Amino acid sequence: MTETKEWPLWEIFIRGQHGMSHRHVGSLHAPDAERAIKNARDVYTRRNEGTSIWVVEASAISASSPSDKGPLYEPSTDKVYRHPTFYKLPDEAGNM
Amino acid sequence: MYAQSIKSTGRAVQSLEDMSAEDREFQERIDRGEKIEPKDYMPEAYRKNLIRQIGQHAHSEIVGQLPEGNWITRAPTLERKANLLAKVQDEAGHGLYLYCAAETLGVSRDELFEMLHNGRMKYSSIFNYPTLTWADMGAVGWLVDGAAIMNQVPLQRTSYGPYARSMVRICKEESFHQRQGFHIMIAMAKKGNADQKRMAQDALNRFWYPSLMMFGPSDKDSVHSAQSMAWKIKMNSNDELRQKFVDETVPQAQYLGLSIPDENLKWNEATEHYDFTGPDWSEFDDVLAGNGPCNTDRLETRKKAWADGAWVREGMMAHAEKKAIAAKKAQHKMATG
Repeated sequence: MTETKEWPLWEIFIRGQHGMSHRHVGSLHAPDAERAIKNARDVYTRRNEGTSIWVVEASAISASSPSDKGPLYEPSTDKVYRHPTFYKLPDEAGNM
Repeated sequence: MYAQSIKSTGRAVQSLEDMSAEDREFQERIDRGEKIEPKDYMPEAYRKNLIRQIGQHAHSEIVGQLPEGNWITRAPTLERKANLLAKVQDEAGHGLYLYCAAETLGVSRDELFEMLHNGRMKYSSIFNYPTLTWADMGAVGWLVDGAAIMNQVPLQRTSYGPYARSMVRICKEESFHQRQGFHIMIAMAKKGNADQKRMAQDALNRFWYPSLMMFGPSDKDSVHSAQSMAWKIKMNSNDELRQKFVDETVPQAQYLGLSIPDENLKWNEATEHYDFTGPDWSEFDDVLAGNGPCNTDRLETRKKAWADGAWVREGMMAHAEKKAIAAKKAQHKMATG
């Protein structure tokens, strides 16, 4: 078997319908962005699942690490005053 | 199933007390129904097992295109041809989703292909049987995809996130596959002439036992299942799914007016299941060992397709690199004016 360089991996994001944001649907290999979009169209939108495609080379994505879970998200758990339900208002005030 | 010969560690399942702190935490996450994601901690054996299982599953999707691809140019009508083409194209996509899921575990797609091509990794035994007549397209869709769906539906709840998500997509797309197969069977077995009915029965006769084999060895011979079930990368036992398949398929065969090639097949009032004859396991072992009717042919076709496509893969990569360099140069020129 000849040693060929593997095509890079791309992460695919699809807008399902107008008004919605793009959502990650999966990944695929392609030599470049143009081809990645064409492949994404073939693989991920064969049943009318999309109106727009974003492709991002997987190596360009920076991600938080699972071990950062504590420092990143725990501080928000005790800040209930960030939710509207924290503030009890009298019925007389009506809907607010 | 599509991964029917997974040899796991062979060790018995460890109890929570015997596990390292990391492994215990991992097992407790699975027990709570949490999904494991690529960057999370996982025991090495879990990773290795999943690579083998997802890899075998992916290979089965890709090799599974060959027996049906055989009939695309010979489909009896343009509509049937379009249906079959769409199904076979779906299988390519399913292979792709699964290869991508395996890649998140640290193996490259090229490595997986190489292991398929040099025989270190397997694909489902079912695709080593020939598709001799058009009725086989009906039988494959009805029985083979039917059996596959039965296995894949529970795998949507498997513990590894990327695998579970690819299963969700696959199940969504696959439901039409079985129906198009059954549709072909209806046309031949119920509405067809005597010859077509005979062909439909013949296809069922040839695919019945190989379909039962798809679920893998009997539970009593499947010593590696316990660990996979504890890890939730296997959700039901082989015999459980096989029984479910028989129970659902027999009434469908009756509807078609076809008979299941099993003299011992009988409804059991007490168990509320069909009693049936299991497949010949020596044939199963033989096919897995490489001696099925089409093993050599399938693997050669795969290898040839991969080798013949090499110049395209290389050419497109070289072109992409050249374009990237040109774009960079143009950008530099703009910036420096």
